[in-house]
Amino acid sequence: MKKFLKLPFADIVFALISFSAAITILTLVVATVVVLFKEASLAIDKFGFLKFIFTVEWNPVKEIFGAAASLYGTLITTFLALLIAVPVSIGIAIFLTEVAPPFLRTPIGIAIEMLAAIPSIIYGMWGLFTLAPIMADYIEPTLQKWFGDWPIVGKLFEGTPMGIDLLTASVILSIMITPFIASISRDAFKLTPDIVKESAYALGATKWEVIKDVVLPYSKLGVYGGIVLALGRALGETMAVAFVLGNKHQITFSLLDAAATITVTLANEFTEADTDLYLSSLFYLALILFLLSFSILAVAKFFLLRAEKHFQR
Amino acid sequence: MEEKTKIQVKDFSFYYAGSDKPALKNINMPIYENKVTALIGPSGCGKTTLLRSFNRMHDLYPGNRYEGEILLDGKNILTDDIDLIDLRSRVGMVFQKPTPFPMSIFDNVAYGLRLRGIKNKSELEGRVEKALKQAALWDEVKDRLKDSASGLSGGQQQRLVIARALAVEPEVLLFDEPTSALDPISTSKIEELVVSLRDSITIIIVTHNMQQAARVSDYTAFMYLGELVEFDKTDIIFTSPKKKLTEDYVSGRFG
Repeated sequence: MKKFLKLPFADIVFALISFSAAITILTLVVATVVVLFKEASLAIDKFGFLKFIFTVEWNPVKEIFGAAASLYGTLITTFLALLIAVPVSIGIAIFLTEVAPPFLRTPIGIAIEMLAAIPSIIYGMWGLFTLAPIMADYIEPTLQKWFGDWPIVGKLFEGTPMGIDLLTASVILSIMITPFIASISRDAFKLTPDIVKESAYALGATKWEVIKDVVLPYSKLGVYGGIVLALGRALGETMAVAFVLGNKHQITFSLLDAAATITVTLANEFTEADTDLYLSSLFYLALILFLLSFSILAVAKFFLLRAEKHFQR
Repeated sequence: MEEKTKIQVKDFSFYYAGSDKPALKNINMPIYENKVTALIGPSGCGKTTLLRSFNRMHDLYPGNRYEGEILLDGKNILTDDIDLIDLRSRVGMVFQKPTPFPMSIFDNVAYGLRLRGIKNKSELEGRVEKALKQAALWDEVKDRLKDSASGLSGGQQQRLVIARALAVEPEVLLFDEPTSALDPISTSKIEELVVSLRDSITIIIVTHNMQQAARVSDYTAFMYLGELVEFDKTDIIFTSPKKKLTEDYVSGRFG
C-alpha cells in the first residue's frame, strides 16, 4: 500500500479507475445471483429444490409450478443440437485446416464466422417460415418411414409431423452453434505444430492418418472447450427456439412433439405472470438456468486453461 | 576406397511456390551407402531444402517445384508416379526439435509399423524393443513404455523419435539439425548414436555446428546461396579444401 501511494498521481488515478471497472463486473455477477434468489424466494419456500425440479406440471391457474418440463426441453434440445453440430463442425474445421486449398480457406472461414453474427431472431423466423415446413413435409415423414418400425427408436418419431417440435428446435440450435465449434476447433487444430505433422508424414502416414493420430489428439482439449462453450450458448438460446418449439409444458418421448425450454418459458410468460407465486417461479427457473450455464462455462474455462498449459510446454 | 552410391543428385534445382528464383541451383553430388554425409553452410544456403527433397517433404505444400533428378538406387524419386508413402518408409527423417506424438512411448515407436499394417503384438514388441535399443533409449524407458512420451526429457524425446524412424527399417535416414534444441550432454548422445548407426544405414545430416559435422560424418557437402560449393571426404573439407570459400567458412571467417 505504501509503495502504491508513492506512485505518480496519474498512475494512482488510473489504477483506481481500472480497479473499479473490474470490481463492477464482479459486483454485477453477484448482484444478479442475489436478485434471482430474492425474487425466487417465495417459490423456493413453497416448492423446495428437488420438488420444483421434478414436478412436470406447470399450471398457473392452480398455482402449481414445476421445472421438469422446461428443464427436459432445454436439456434435450441442447443435447440433440450438439449431437448434430459436433461432427459437422469438426468436419468443417478439418476441411479448413488440412484439406481445403489455401484460396478457399479464408472465404469459407469468414462465412462460418458470419453465420455466428446472424441475430438469433432471424434464425427463429427462418426456422418458422422455411425450416419448419420442410421438416414437416419431407424430413419428419422420411424419418418416420425409416425408423418408425424400429423398437424404441421408432418411438422418437411418433405423432403427426408438424414441424413445430423438439427436432426442429434442435436443428435450428445446431446450425446456430456450428460456427462456434467449427472456429474454435479450427484454431485448436492450427495449434498442432507443423513439424509434428511433418514427422507423421515422414513416417509414411496419409493425410487422414495424420489428422486422426496427430491433429485430433493434439487439439482434443481445445475442441472440448469449444463444445462446452457452444453448449452454454445452446442452453441460453431463446428467440430461435421460441419460434419453433410450441411452448407446451410436457415431457414426451417423441421428438415430434411440442415442448418448452426454460428460456422460452421465461420469454413467453413474464408478461402473463399475474400472481406473486407465478412471477417468483419464473425467477426460480431463471436461477436454475443461471446455475446450469455458470457451471458449464466454468467447465469450459477449465478445459481451455488446461489446453493452453499443454501447449506452452 | 570404392564407395557404393546410394543416392545420386543430378542437375537438381528446386523452386519454392511462387518464386522464379531457384532455392537450389543445379546440384550434383553422390550420397554413399552406409556412410554419414553432412550438409553444412550458412543459414539460408539451402541445406535443409535439399534434405527435405530426399523424402519429397516439399510435396506437402502445393506449388513447390523440382527440376533434375534424384536417383535412389538408380531410380528417379522426383517423378509423379513415385509412391510417396513407400518412399518415406525407405527414407526416414528426424527433425530440428523432438516431435513425439501425443501417445505412449511404445505407441510412438510402433506408429510407423502399425501404419504398415503390422498388428501382431509380439512382432510389434520385438521391433519396438530393437529400435529403442538401437537408439540407446531402451534402458531408460523399458519400465515405462506405457507412459506418455511427453514426460521424457528433450534429449530422450529426440532419441525416441530416432527410434520411431528406425523401427520401420529405412535405408536412408535424414537428420535436420537434430541437436539444435538439445543440451551438450544430449547432443553428444545423439552424435554417438549417429556414429553407431553409420554401418547399417545411409545417413544425411544437416548441421549448423561444424565440429559436429567433423565428428560424425564421412563426407561433407558445403553449400552456399543454393549452390553446392564443394563435396569431399570430411577430413579433406576441414583440413585442405580446394575452394577458398569453403576454407573461409570452415575456419569460421564467415557464416
